[in-house]
Amino acid sequence: MREIDAKLIEGTVKELCINANCHLPSDVRSCIISARDKENWAGAKGILDRIEENFVIADENNVPICQDTGVACVFLTIGQDVSVKGGSIADAVNEGVRQGYTQGYLRKSVVGDPIRRVNTGDNTPAMIYYDIVPGDTFEITVAPKGFGSENMSKIQMLKPSDGLEGVKRFIIRCVEEAGPNPCPPIMVGVGIGGTFDKCAYLAKRALLRDAGVKNSDPFYAALEDELLEEINALGIGPQGLGGRTTALKVSIEAMPTHIAGLPVAVNINCHVARHASARL
Amino acid sequence: MDKHITTPLTHEKVQSLRAGDSVLITGTIYTARDAAHKRLCELVEKGEPLPFDVKDSIIYYVGPTPAKPGMAIGSAGPTTSYRMDAYSPTLIAQGETGMIGKGKRGPDVIEAMKKYGAVYFAAIGGAGALLSKCIKSAAIIAYEDLGAEAIRRLEVENLPVIVVIDSQGNNLYETGRREYLNSKTK
Repeated sequence: MREIDAKLIEGTVKELCINANCHLPSDVRSCIISARDKENWAGAKGILDRIEENFVIADENNVPICQDTGVACVFLTIGQDVSVKGGSIADAVNEGVRQGYTQGYLRKSVVGDPIRRVNTGDNTPAMIYYDIVPGDTFEITVAPKGFGSENMSKIQMLKPSDGLEGVKRFIIRCVEEAGPNPCPPIMVGVGIGGTFDKCAYLAKRALLRDAGVKNSDPFYAALEDELLEEINALGIGPQGLGGRTTALKVSIEAMPTHIAGLPVAVNINCHVARHASARL
Repeated sequence: MDKHITTPLTHEKVQSLRAGDSVLITGTIYTARDAAHKRLCELVEKGEPLPFDVKDSIIYYVGPTPAKPGMAIGSAGPTTSYRMDAYSPTLIAQGETGMIGKGKRGPDVIEAMKKYGAVYFAAIGGAGALLSKCIKSAAIIAYEDLGAEAIRRLEVENLPVIVVIDSQGNNLYETGRREYLNSKTK
């Protein structure tokens, strides 16, 4: 049985919160630059230049790329042969978030209750997702999620008869209705199948996938390409002011579902698609 | 070509701006998001004075990150504007002439903009590090308890924005997309 000290989890989460918010991952950077090079609408190209300038300034000065430093979504992949000593995993994660957001000059954007709305003052609690796997690994991914784009996300329980066409229509409609609101160009995370809640989880998980990697199933890889092309034919463009680059990437995750259902979820992320990972 | 605007944003200046204009703003502007807008509108309803002079003012929808030592402010890009739609017509009636945010506005806001003369600017969403360089000073003037959502007075220099909706109701979100799509079919 491998032992891991809760303090190590705490310190790692703290560092990941700060790094994720100030340094855009290289896969997302490449995606933005390659979209900018393909953009031939002058105003749109100008906006993409400013977006690049912004993430370079953030990187060089260790300041947040965006002022909405998000709610801390923390994904844990825990080997079943690991034992954590010195405190609970959730407490260690939340302490790491507290330290990262206060010491890293990040914005505290969490209210303790959705109706009574008092800011918790330290960006806790984190949204924690646990995945238990064989072996003795312990992996942490912190993905700060801003709500300009989260608010434009949707879920729909389609009927099996709606089929592939219904799924495509729902995804395109979701992006079109969001328009300029989620700060395009966007990353589109799609979950298909499972249950109501699993489907939404898949959509969020899809946003963590490296921007240069397609779904391993050729059927879904082709669907990702097709949807990206259709979305970029909408003309919404960077910041919604017109242009080719409405989305940078469509990532789909699918799983088995019930004979009576076809759940689809779309989780939208802006171009500041932040995530940072570590293996303990 | 960029248009240079200095605050206060008088009606004469508002009338000179058209959807699609790139504008650099210099002068004093105020920050407010959802919670501060709610409080401002409650004051208006009670007939009580507001914490700053709204006449000819520009409100920037932003909740900045905390300033690092030696910096005026942290990252400071726009938040999504439609959440302020319930409150904006009240403030426009009080004399607010400019709003900076990002994303769509509702019909009630656009009607008030046309009736009283106001303009809606968009700043680049997600470019908070870049935009913060145009903010030379920041001071909390009300609702400190709201943290990032407190009202701040900002002194800005050449803050880059785009006129999305002008005082005649022209809307760049509609025309910009249409022009691009038309260019593809030619």
